[in-house]
Amino acid sequence: MIGLAHYLTVAAILFTTGVLGIFINRRNVILMLMAIELILLAVNINLVAFSAYLGDLTGQILAMFVLTVAAAEAAIGLAILVIFFRRRGSIAVDDVNRMRG
Amino acid sequence: MIAILAFYLFATLTIASALAVIFSRNPVHSVLWLILAFFNAAGLMLLVGAEFIAMLLVIVYVGAVAVLFLFVVMMLDIDFAVLRRGFTKNLPFGILIALVLLGEVIVAVSVSKLGPTLSGQSIPAVATPNIVALGQLLYSRYLFAFELAGLILLVAMVGAIVLTHRSRGDTRTPKASRQLRRRPEDSTRLAQPAVGEGVKL
Repeated sequence: MIGLAHYLTVAAILFTTGVLGIFINRRNVILMLMAIELILLAVNINLVAFSAYLGDLTGQILAMFVLTVAAAEAAIGLAILVIFFRRRGSIAVDDVNRMRG
Repeated sequence: MIAILAFYLFATLTIASALAVIFSRNPVHSVLWLILAFFNAAGLMLLVGAEFIAMLLVIVYVGAVAVLFLFVVMMLDIDFAVLRRGFTKNLPFGILIALVLLGEVIVAVSVSKLGPTLSGQSIPAVATPNIVALGQLLYSRYLFAFELAGLILLVAMVGAIVLTHRSRGDTRTPKASRQLRRRPEDSTRLAQPAVGEGVKL
């Protein structure tokens, strides 16, 4: 029987994968944004699993809000990425500290 | 039985494609793996009866966010070989951090079973469908939060447009304030020329 623990394990592995992605792709902002999406997906899986486990729909409502914020974050992050690329011609994060004023 | 099989299929594919997202060499492949991960996560959510969230995941992520990522990845002319230079350098440390984090999460889950347990009840067979129940909750109790979510999306949209908008110097746009300041008296003149004379401009 599939229980809550199975879902929590999947979400934990997904979350860890996202964190690992942020750590190993230190220079590529696009991949970092994708890793953040993976982390938020793990959060959503947790919310939905608990919502089903407790028989309370609030978790699914919260998952919807997480989805909204994730979409907004992706849009703003990619917009910042585009203007950063336009100015510097590269998207390496190591260069960001040169951007003073 | 079929539910267990489906769970393991979806879970395995979700984790495998998430790993492929962060390890693949080509960012376009990463986006495609991300789409596969979201499809399988939607399948996982369908299994617990959260139909609306599953469909939302497919529509919002695959339909909008992933396409946005693809656009940006393909539009920007980036030398991705340079970006992967730090990859092997960061790999051991990153894997160490990931393993520590995973161990912590698993310990936290197993420890929480020792404490006071949640009121674990099986999923109640709801009379109303998932989408109807969600809609009733969303438009009554969480109405304010719902409108706030809409406001966040509006701010994100305006912010993205303002950030990426580029005013080019070679286009001639009308100045609205100057146009509005102009009155009919300034621009027209009534003249009654005598016969045989022209109008002096």
